[in-house]
Amino acid sequence: MTDASVSTHKGPSGPKPRRVFSSTNIMIYGTLMVVCLYYLLPLYVMIVTSLKGMPEIRMGNIFSPPVEVTYEPWVKAWAEACTGINCDGLSRGFWNSVWILVPSVFLSIAIASVNGYALANWKFKGSEVFFTILIFGAFIPYQVMIYPIVILLRESGDGITNIIRLFDSDASKFRLMGSVWGLVIVHTIFGMPILTLLFRNYFTSVPEELFKAARVDGAGFWGIYFQIMLPMSLPIFVVAMILQVTGIWNDFLFGVIYTKPDTYPMTVQLNNIVNSVQGVKEYNVNMAATLLTGLVPLVIYFASGKLFVRGIAAGAVKG
Amino acid sequence: MNMANSVEIKNLDLSFGSVAVLKDLNLDITEGEFLVLLGSSGCGKSTLLNCIAGLLEVTAGQLFIKGKNVTWAEPSDRGIGMVFQSYALYPQMTVKGNLSFGLKNAKVPKAEIEERVAQAAEILQIEPLLNRKPNALSGGQRQRVAIGRALVRDVEVFLFDEPLSNLDAKLRVDLRVEIKRLHQQLKNTMIYVTHDQIEAMTLADRVAIMRDGKIMQLGSPAEIYDFPMNKYVADFIGSPSMNFIQGEIKDQCFAVGDHKIPLKSYQAKATLNEGQKVWVGIRPEHVVVGGAVAKADHKPTVTADIVEPMGADTLVWTEFAGQPFRIRLGGTFPVASGKELPIGINASTISLFDLESEERL
Repeated sequence: MTDASVSTHKGPSGPKPRRVFSSTNIMIYGTLMVVCLYYLLPLYVMIVTSLKGMPEIRMGNIFSPPVEVTYEPWVKAWAEACTGINCDGLSRGFWNSVWILVPSVFLSIAIASVNGYALANWKFKGSEVFFTILIFGAFIPYQVMIYPIVILLRESGDGITNIIRLFDSDASKFRLMGSVWGLVIVHTIFGMPILTLLFRNYFTSVPEELFKAARVDGAGFWGIYFQIMLPMSLPIFVVAMILQVTGIWNDFLFGVIYTKPDTYPMTVQLNNIVNSVQGVKEYNVNMAATLLTGLVPLVIYFASGKLFVRGIAAGAVKG
Repeated sequence: MNMANSVEIKNLDLSFGSVAVLKDLNLDITEGEFLVLLGSSGCGKSTLLNCIAGLLEVTAGQLFIKGKNVTWAEPSDRGIGMVFQSYALYPQMTVKGNLSFGLKNAKVPKAEIEERVAQAAEILQIEPLLNRKPNALSGGQRQRVAIGRALVRDVEVFLFDEPLSNLDAKLRVDLRVEIKRLHQQLKNTMIYVTHDQIEAMTLADRVAIMRDGKIMQLGSPAEIYDFPMNKYVADFIGSPSMNFIQGEIKDQCFAVGDHKIPLKSYQAKATLNEGQKVWVGIRPEHVVVGGAVAKADHKPTVTADIVEPMGADTLVWTEFAGQPFRIRLGGTFPVASGKELPIGINASTISLFDLESEERL
C-alpha cells in the first residue's frame, strides 16, 4: 500500500464523536434536573410527611426524612378519618367514585365513539352544523350550566317518577338530583364535545376506502362500527378512557353539587377531611389521604402511557 | 331495454353542491365486457364508478344492473364487487376473514363460505396466505386478496378503482396480465377506472375517455387510437403524444407554409371546406422513414434536433413547418442529431380537427 492511498483513509470516518460533558449536554440535563426537582419536591414532602407521626411533624423539618416510619396516617386516612358523622375514612368516597366512574366512562365513550363514527363516515344533511354546535359546547364554561342542570335533574326525576307510578302507584319517588345516576348523566353529557371531536378526528383518519369496501361487503352502520372500526381504534379508546377516568375522578364541582353526603365522590370527601376546622390539623393523614385520592389517575397514566402517546399521535396526524 | 346489457346508465347527473361532476351521462355496458374509464384526475371517472357501486347517491338519472333498476339499492344488493386502489383490506382480519366478511354479512351457510373462499384462493393462488394478516402481505398479494374479496361474492359486475396505481412498475405489468386472464376465465362484466393509457389500451374491450364529467369518446382501443373523435382524445392517447400542427385546407390538401399534404386517402367524417382552419394530428410513430418515404403522400426533409434512444425505439425531436415535431423510429434506424432526415407522412394515418370546435373532420 502506498502512502498516498493511506492518506485517503485518514481523517473523519464513521459517526462524529460527541463529548458526554459538552456545554450543550450540561445545559440540557441541568435544566431538566432543576425542573424535575421543582416538580418532584412537593411530592417528596407529601410522602415523607405522610410517613411521620404528629410529634415529628411539629418539629417543623418538612424536608427531613421520617426518623420513625409509621403507616398509621395511611390506615387512618383510608378507614378511620371522620367527615361529618361518618367515620369510615376515604374508603366510602373511593367506592362512591368507582360507582360514578365506571358507568360514566363506559357511557360517555360508548356514545361519543358512535357519535364520532357517524359524523366521520355517515355524513347526513346538517352533520357539519351539528358537529359545530357540539364543539361549541366545549368552549362554554360549564359553571354557567350548573343551576339549569340542577333544575333539569330535579324535573326529569319527577317525570320518571310519574311514569313509574303509572305502572306502580305506590312506587317511591325517583330522584336523579343527588343520586349517583344523576352525576353519571352529567359527566356523560359534559364529556361529549371533546370525546366526539377526538373520535371523529380519529375515524376520519381511517381510509375512506375501507369504509366503502365494508359497505360493498354488505355491512351496515353497526356492522362496520363493531367489526371494522372498533378493532382498529384501540389507541383512541385508551386515550378517551384516560381522559375520562382522570377527568371524572378528579372532578370536585359536579360531585359536590349533584350528590349528597352519602354518595360524595372521593375528591369531595378528601376536601371535607383536609378542610375540617375542628380539632388538630393532622398533616400526615391529610397527605396520605391526598396521595390515596391521586393514586387512581396516576396508576392509569403509568399503565397506559405508551398507548396514550400512540393514540394522541394517531389522532393528531392524518394518514 | 336490451337484456344483453349488464350495466345501463341513463341520464346520470351528480353534483356536490353547486359543482356538477357528472353531466347527463349515458352508458351501456354489455354482458361480459371489459370497459375502461380513462381520464386525467378530476374528470369524474372514479365518481362514476362510485355511483355504479352505490357509494354515492346520484343527483338525477337511473342505473340498471342486469336489467334491474338499482338507483336506490344498497351497494351490497347491486351485485357488484369492488377493488380499491389502496386495497382497503380489513387490517384486523386474516386473509380468510377478509374474503368471508361479505359472505358472512349475506348470511351464507358456513360450508358454502369455506367452499367459495377455497375456490377464490385457488383462482388467485393465495392459498398459502389464508391465515395471514394483511400487513404481512406484499402489495401484489394484498391486491390479489382485494380481488378475491370481490370474487367470492359471485357478483355480476366487477368494479376496479385504479387497482394497480399503488404497485411498482414490474408488478403492475404482472397483475395487469393477471386481471386480463381473470376476465377471460370468469367472463364477468368489468368496469375499470384508470389514468394509465397503457392499462386502458391493453385491458379494454372498449375505452370510455372522460373529461369534465362527460364521455368524450367511447370505442375499442383501436378506434380510439386510430380515429380519435376530437383533439383532446387524440392528445390524451399515445405516448409520446400526437404532433399537432395548425394549418388550413387548400386544393384538397392540408397546407401549412410550403408544405402540402394531399388528403385523397384521408377518410373524412365531415366535408372539408376550402380555406377551413384546421389542426392536423400526426402520431410520432406514423411518420415513415427509409424506403417507405418514396410512397408517402408528403415527403419533407427535417433536421434531427435531439435524438433519444430508448432501446426498442428512438425518439427524434425535429421541427416541421416551424413547429416542434416528434418522430418515433425503430431502435435500429440510423439517425444522429444535427443530420437531415427525409420523412414521409401518409394522409391515411393523420387526423384532422376543426380549429374552433376541435372535433374530428
